[in-house]
Amino acid sequence: MDLSIAGILLLDGTTSGAVYALLALALVLVFAVTRVIFIPQGEFVAYGALTLAMLQMGKLPGTVWLLALMALAAAALDAVHALREGHRPARLLRNLAATLAWPAAVTLLACWAAPRQLPLPLQSLLTLAIVTPLGPLVYRLAYQPLADASVLVLLIVSVGVHFALTGLGLLFFGAEGFRNPSFWDERFSLGPLVLSGQTLIIFMVSAALIVGLWLFFGRTLRGKALRATAVNRLGARLMGISTDGAGRWSMGLAAFIGALSGLLIGPTTTMFYDTGFLIGLKGFVAAIFGGLASYPGAAAGALFVGWLESFGSFWASAYKEVIVFTMILPVLLWRSFLHGESDDE
Amino acid sequence: MANPMTSELKRRAPLTLLAGLLALLPVLPVPEFWITQLNYIGLYALVVIGLVLLTGVAGLTSFGQAAFVGLGAYGSAWLTLNWGVSPWLTVFAALAITALAALLLGWITLRMSGHYLPLATIAWCLGLYYLFGNLEMLGKYDGLLGIPPIVFFGLPLNTGRSFFYLLWALVLLAALAAVRLLDSRSGRALRALRGGSTMPEAMGIDTFRAKVTAFVLAALLAGLSGWLFAHFQRSVNPSPFGLKMGIEYLFMAVIGGVGHVWGALAGAAVVKLMEDQLQVLLPRLLGGSGSYEVIVFGILLVLVLQHARDGLWAAIEARLPRRVRRRDWADAPPLDEAPRPPHGEVVLDVQAVRKAFGGLVAVNDVSFQVRAGEIVGLIGPNGAGKSTTFNLVSGVLPLTRGEVRLRGERIDGLPSRGIARRGVSRTFQHVKMIPGMTVLENVALGAHRRGRRGVLAAMLRLERGEERRLLREAERQLQRVGLAAQQDELAGNLALGPQRLMEIARALCADPSLLLLDEPAAGLRHQEKRALAGVLRQLRAEGLSILLVEHDMDLVMDISDRIVVMEFGTQLMQGTPAEVQASEAVRAAYLGTEH
Repeated sequence: MDLSIAGILLLDGTTSGAVYALLALALVLVFAVTRVIFIPQGEFVAYGALTLAMLQMGKLPGTVWLLALMALAAAALDAVHALREGHRPARLLRNLAATLAWPAAVTLLACWAAPRQLPLPLQSLLTLAIVTPLGPLVYRLAYQPLADASVLVLLIVSVGVHFALTGLGLLFFGAEGFRNPSFWDERFSLGPLVLSGQTLIIFMVSAALIVGLWLFFGRTLRGKALRATAVNRLGARLMGISTDGAGRWSMGLAAFIGALSGLLIGPTTTMFYDTGFLIGLKGFVAAIFGGLASYPGAAAGALFVGWLESFGSFWASAYKEVIVFTMILPVLLWRSFLHGESDDE
Repeated sequence: MANPMTSELKRRAPLTLLAGLLALLPVLPVPEFWITQLNYIGLYALVVIGLVLLTGVAGLTSFGQAAFVGLGAYGSAWLTLNWGVSPWLTVFAALAITALAALLLGWITLRMSGHYLPLATIAWCLGLYYLFGNLEMLGKYDGLLGIPPIVFFGLPLNTGRSFFYLLWALVLLAALAAVRLLDSRSGRALRALRGGSTMPEAMGIDTFRAKVTAFVLAALLAGLSGWLFAHFQRSVNPSPFGLKMGIEYLFMAVIGGVGHVWGALAGAAVVKLMEDQLQVLLPRLLGGSGSYEVIVFGILLVLVLQHARDGLWAAIEARLPRRVRRRDWADAPPLDEAPRPPHGEVVLDVQAVRKAFGGLVAVNDVSFQVRAGEIVGLIGPNGAGKSTTFNLVSGVLPLTRGEVRLRGERIDGLPSRGIARRGVSRTFQHVKMIPGMTVLENVALGAHRRGRRGVLAAMLRLERGEERRLLREAERQLQRVGLAAQQDELAGNLALGPQRLMEIARALCADPSLLLLDEPAAGLRHQEKRALAGVLRQLRAEGLSILLVEHDMDLVMDISDRIVVMEFGTQLMQGTPAEVQASEAVRAAYLGTEH
């Protein structure tokens, strides 16, 4: 290996590392706020990339129907709950409107926009508008009824959600893979390195998102409420913060980050309905570097995973997944020596 | 009350019936299709029994059991194909490989919080899947073909029907072994893991080791299933060992009832049959092809966890007569008792212990002694640091500085398990018990370190002699605290007062030389308190040393020989009950000073 190959591999790894970093941040966030180990994170990546692919072909993506169905199911649950509790009809209607308005609007918009083959940036925005609300709905339907269950039960729920969403992905998008067009086709030469416009976009969007999240958590009331919930759920509730609201927000953010990651890497890899899962898991390996608790730790882990993967595929391409996933073992060993025994209760 | 013999028979009837039915099936004109189905159900059930031990009993979980099945299958397949070894020998190799892998994985992850193990098993399952699929020697994604069948006394088990017997004999044996294990000393230790490690460690149980044991057992059952699978299918390839299958095993366990061994069979059967129906139905319904059944499985898994977390078997169990333990230990020889220290010897010597949580000093240079045959009361207003002092002495918290000696030997720095083994036994301010076990079993947990027999002996029922001695001791201590009438009740059904008494019986079961009681009288009625005082006096007369944290002043003043008073983490004074009652400083600490 000479220096130029090393440079290319390093750049490659950094590019995928940037995406893993985004996912890892979302995973740490969701775990901190809800204690949910959010295995289905990766499905949102696939949904993002493939929803855009469908729109590119002028088809209405199945995720739109999923959004409508899940919103109806959530509305039905809310209605049952309201009737049991004897809420006033006005309050019930307001809640139903809040649950249904956005999904209804997005569904109609998607039905109108899909056959028209709008420009790529508009289609990307539409994709985000379709996939992001799936996050809060997943929280409402799967996790909220179990919000006080143990981490273990929530983890098993996550696996159930992952199963359902993967199967639905197969139903919506078929078994075929898709590669999206690049957002920016420009290429820049940097000595021996060739930097594509898409790579630059990935770096810039990742950086912008990390700064955005930092501002969100540091400066806004909603962000501080999420942080408060992460530190102490009961205390947050006593301060008037809705933990269910915090759960929905965190999963909404996770879905948004997932879909955005899907858009970012859609042009660089062929996406299948189940590719997202592996990408999401690499985010997990990264998050575990930071003990599922530290944001900078997760970001550093993500870069490491990215490099490991790119160098791994150069040296032993058949084994690159083996290398990345078994890497979790030495990392866990290192963490267990670092922190010693920890009790869970 | 039902006759234990008939109820035992009634309980055994379903199992005997099941075994009989299974034995008959292959000779009846049952279509080959159903024999094959039942064979797959049996292969899955073996794995799921392991998951029940791991998830339902020990409170850990794994999504990677499929990887262990794969290790067993590939291990045996490779050895029989390349070295021509008989499957009867490779079974040991297959099990050894799975056990080693599980040991390594468990050793790395089980020291940490519970969610790292499942995450590691996901990664491990994926990694191993790609490894199987890429290794030249394992035939890459095509796998290994032409694996010989198992030969049973000259008879090759190469048909579904002949294989059926071996498989189901092993499944029933495994289930029986698991049931027996759960009803034993080692089983109680495994069952204690779910509620966190503080209580079992204080009972002298090595929780890390117990967790690794559960994980290795589950892996071994998966490896056994893999061995059978390889020689039943006669070929192996990576696809049945992927993460999808790993998750489906857990799904079977949850559907069947993750806390019930027999639920494993029910879960495996229901999921396998449902999967077949769905694989035909869904593609017809939805168009296209693919494994759409995962959509239904996923949604069903979430719904079961939301609405029926105990699974199918809980519903069946509720209809079976409740098992009443046969009282067969009346003539068991009593357990050996450690020699008691001579009256008046210093048993516990606490020298200037300090505990700081960051900047907050919760316990500030507290010193006191407890002598053999003495009850020392530790009192003080709320937040004075009494329970923290307790946790320092019993090793639940590490101390910042100072010394704790037990009969001259330094015990500070030892884990609470080690301190328990040296004869310190305790109760908890907030009762820590296993609600799903009977009172007797909960109390027997206290005698854990007085027994030695392990998992294998329990599965083979070779430890019944020791078990009888342990249960006799548990019953004796229950009689002592006046709870013998409730010994077959589930601990979770007791009121708070009796639960505290149960904890005292459990602590006494450990044959301690020093007993630490954290608010034993809280929640007791007047009569119960008097009875408790009587028990404590009797224990003192037997030469036991007791350190008592208690808010009931009448009780403390009544039974304590000496009293240590704490306030804001520091030691205010110590002396006889009369001296303490006369002290202005103590009165000021409790009631404030007059100005």
